[in-house]
Amino acid sequence: MIDYAIPQTPPPARSPLVWPLAGIGLLVVLNVIINPAFLKITTLDGHLYGMPIDILNQGSRAMLLALGMTLVIATGGIDLAVGSLMAVAGSTAALLLVNHGVSLPVAMIAAIGVTMLGGLCSGLMVSWLGLQPIVATLIMMTAGRGVAQKLTNSEVIVVQNPAFEYLGNGFFVGLPFSILVVAVFYFAAYFFLRRTAAGLFVEAVGDNETAARFAGLATSRVKGLVYVFSGLCAGAAGLLAASNIRAADPYKAGEMMELDAIFAVVVGGTALTGGRFLIAGAFVGALLLQTLTTTMYVIGVKPSVAPVPKALLIIVVCLMQSEKTRAWLRGLFRRKAS
Amino acid sequence: MIQPAPLLQMRGIGKYFPGVVALAGVDLTVRAGEIHALLGENGAGKSTLIKVLTGVYQMDDGQILLDGKSIRPTTPKAAEEAGISTVYQEVNLIPALSVAENIGLGRQPGKLGFLNWRALRRHAREVLARLDLQNIDVDAELGSLSVAMQQMVAIARSLDMKAKLLILDEPTASLDEKEVADLFGVMRRLRDEGLGIIFVTHFLDQVYAITDRITVLRNGALVGEYRTAELPRLQLVSRMLGREVHDNAPRSPDLIAADESAPRIVEAKGITRRNAIAPVDLTLRKGDITGLAGLLGSGRTETARLIFGIDRRDGGELLVRGKPVEIKSPRDAVKHGFAFCSEDRKIEGILPNLSVRENLIFALQAKRGAWKTLSREEQMSLCNHYISALRIKTANTETPIRNLSGGNQQKVLLARWLATQPELIILDEPTRGIDIGARAEIEQLIHKLRAEGIAVMLISSEIEEIVRNSTRVVILRERRKTGEVMGDAIEPSRLMRAMAGGHEST
Repeated sequence: MIDYAIPQTPPPARSPLVWPLAGIGLLVVLNVIINPAFLKITTLDGHLYGMPIDILNQGSRAMLLALGMTLVIATGGIDLAVGSLMAVAGSTAALLLVNHGVSLPVAMIAAIGVTMLGGLCSGLMVSWLGLQPIVATLIMMTAGRGVAQKLTNSEVIVVQNPAFEYLGNGFFVGLPFSILVVAVFYFAAYFFLRRTAAGLFVEAVGDNETAARFAGLATSRVKGLVYVFSGLCAGAAGLLAASNIRAADPYKAGEMMELDAIFAVVVGGTALTGGRFLIAGAFVGALLLQTLTTTMYVIGVKPSVAPVPKALLIIVVCLMQSEKTRAWLRGLFRRKAS
Repeated sequence: MIQPAPLLQMRGIGKYFPGVVALAGVDLTVRAGEIHALLGENGAGKSTLIKVLTGVYQMDDGQILLDGKSIRPTTPKAAEEAGISTVYQEVNLIPALSVAENIGLGRQPGKLGFLNWRALRRHAREVLARLDLQNIDVDAELGSLSVAMQQMVAIARSLDMKAKLLILDEPTASLDEKEVADLFGVMRRLRDEGLGIIFVTHFLDQVYAITDRITVLRNGALVGEYRTAELPRLQLVSRMLGREVHDNAPRSPDLIAADESAPRIVEAKGITRRNAIAPVDLTLRKGDITGLAGLLGSGRTETARLIFGIDRRDGGELLVRGKPVEIKSPRDAVKHGFAFCSEDRKIEGILPNLSVRENLIFALQAKRGAWKTLSREEQMSLCNHYISALRIKTANTETPIRNLSGGNQQKVLLARWLATQPELIILDEPTRGIDIGARAEIEQLIHKLRAEGIAVMLISSEIEEIVRNSTRVVILRERRKTGEVMGDAIEPSRLMRAMAGGHEST
């Protein structure tokens, strides 16, 4: 007979967020030992200040990228172009504001429009031309950097526009504005994905694309659109980044950010093989990365060697999420006990 | 007459997978200078046996003798070194290298790590000449040749590796008639040189055209070994399908074909696809269960895939309720009220890690689009309805579907399609790999669907399943439609004869 043997499912794991949350907890404890005032939040002029607020604020860009990346990864793809697209967004907005005197809303819409177009290009290459996602988005990553440099003539454009500065530095009802942007994006994504069937379609494509197509789903449309959404998130992150430093830097803006976003998604419990995704996981993963970055800054680790402890933490969290490692560790402790 | 000494003897081969007996007590004997057909329907164990012989799988029981010496190949390379070469339908050579490089791969002439290109090319030409294949350019990139030519190169390579036994695993599946004839020419030449050839195919005409002996497997067990000339076609088919013909198969008396005036849900006029199915006409009427009978490889599934828009058709037209329609994708087919339960549940059916609920509502939700989302209440009421109506056994609606048994997965997939309220449902092997209880329930369901006015197209390898459930049977053989019968003419023996084809006296 044909083999339809059903694999035994492993016992349901605890929420995949347990380990990244534990990592954040560990870092917080470490920080409190070094600096007992770490968790202290003060108000000044009705604005909230303090390390936790700062971490959220600085982590906002990675959180936005990770949100878009989550959906791309859930379809079984990957988006390497988001860092470059951040630079494109900043450059477009700065160029329009400084050189063309365009109003802020128009500049913002144009910047995000351009990055969504970039996402559409990636999406079409993946779904229509059938390129490997890693190749298609590598092309857009290179092209995006080039476009950003072309737009700014390879120079940093300084933006002196109070309204623009507000995006990445301002406060709204006590909280940094960028945190609110993140909140709006996450809640909107949650409602769109989980209250409509869009999330189901994304998961179905990642789980078994052939079966989803045979059941009548326009799978190539779903695969294309996740990159457009990723472009939208990259555009918003790029605007926040440019506003934060009051300048569009075509070289440094979003540099290596695509890798942070991928790390955040993986650490947050969404498998690179696609299928089920966790929106909250992207947020928690990005928060863990930012907490670590801030911690190293506080301890005084040189920025040039900072990636090493970052890599160590990521590998620990990823290993702890694996059922195999946990079983091995359990075995190790049992042997020692006996 | 002196019997040629057996080149290969496989005795009592057994192979077990967790929970599944893939092979038990299978014998296969191939003599030098013989072309030996290995036949059986899906799940018979042909490919497992080949994999044991070529070192892909390790056997759990039995013995393999090659030239009288016991061998136990542990890797495909070890099997090749012992003299057993395999040519697959998908050639497993390197398309980016030249013909000469492919033939000499692993045994390049030369010294001190330098390659003697001239010797390599000359050698390749000699090898091809032995097969009368001088027309193949040894400098051509392998990937630029036709599949047929690539197979020839693969055969030449086997020959060059001093193969004693050549396994051809469905080599003709994508070849046209001329290419098949050329391949047969090469096979005869090799046989005359004293090679043993194992030939796996679905095409009975080819079996009778070229093989000397036949070994038939069924459900992982040996049915028997026969001389091709002494085994009539009909007997061969009945041995492959595994039962003596019962002309009194139970057939419900109300299985009367819909009359000509019944609404024609779908009409296919001459739909065709190159190397998949010759132009075929089909009329699927309301109130009909149209059975598609044919052996494996006869074009049953190919026909279904054309109707459902999975494969593009090269010609012909499709009418839905009398109007010509363009169906380019399953999505278009679903919009026109079609449903298709694939024969391959794992790859083309289930969304394994998603829940029973998500799998069940999926086609309906895909049809409605993302915006017209089914509310949680609507989803639950659909699930509850179908779980009780089809008696689906599942812990709850949120269990991943992969945790269900095959029969229950199949019922969820049926429910998935029924929820879209289709006008036509195509069921490809709906009861394969399913226990007997669930099988009876699915057959009852098929009759119920007919009563509700859904046109049903039923594809099955089991003649009796076709006979029990069809009002009309279309017979396919060797990728073409060879007949259509209804009423009392739907008899197992008659169908089997039609499926086997050829002259009834042989």
